[in-house]
Amino acid sequence: MSLRSPLGKVLGAGSAKQGVHDWWMQRLTSVALVPLSIWFVVSLLSLPSFNHATVVAWMGGSWTALLLILFVLVAAWHSQLGVRVVVEDYVHSAGARTVTLVSVMFAHTLIAAAGVFAVLKVAFGAAS
Amino acid sequence: MPPRPLSPHLSVYKFKYTLTTSILNRLTGVGLSLGLLLLVYWLMAVASGAHAQARAARLLSLPVMKLVYAALIIAFCYHLSAGVRHLVWDTGRGLERVQAQRSAWLVVGVSIALMLLVGYCAWLAGARGP
Repeated sequence: MSLRSPLGKVLGAGSAKQGVHDWWMQRLTSVALVPLSIWFVVSLLSLPSFNHATVVAWMGGSWTALLLILFVLVAAWHSQLGVRVVVEDYVHSAGARTVTLVSVMFAHTLIAAAGVFAVLKVAFGAAS
Repeated sequence: MPPRPLSPHLSVYKFKYTLTTSILNRLTGVGLSLGLLLLVYWLMAVASGAHAQARAARLLSLPVMKLVYAALIIAFCYHLSAGVRHLVWDTGRGLERVQAQRSAWLVVGVSIALMLLVGYCAWLAGARGP
């Protein structure tokens, strides 16, 4: 057992370099979303129709599937970071804030997982 | 209230249109989060087969959804332009008051041009049928 106090252990060790992680991820995801979101909007609007066969053929393309998965994942991450900051700023009571933040986390995890699952299912030819 | 600085307290700041661009960025961001939810709902419907997609399409092609798509296009174009402005700010450029006011108008102009372009393409896509 160490007799050093918790403060003594960390003094002089420098910061954990984690303080700006969320801030930095917000920037990284926004840089990635500039091309990804433009690609998504352009390719969605260039679809000849939105019937099942056309959409499945579109989503089944390897590059389309890959970019769609990246888009959904990065957008969900970016969205989660953004909505979290809004909740932290405007929901003042600690209890309501925790409940809202946990719900926001769960909802975004669900959105990301569902988006990836749906694209993979179509891309692997399992959506009849 | 927690004893630390929080931002932005809408009620304590004097109104400035540069403040509007900031709050609009948040509003459109939250709106786009709901758009992402809509997108994943559609992707899941497509993955669940032609029948499920047709069922989802009945909801997604309701007349009121046209308003939702228009709002999403507006939100996307604004959030994209304003987001690029934030990225420029993060490099330390354009933070002087006059520059920020000028870029606020630039964001409004660019995003309206984008909205018209994307809106026109979406209208063409809508005219091609569901």
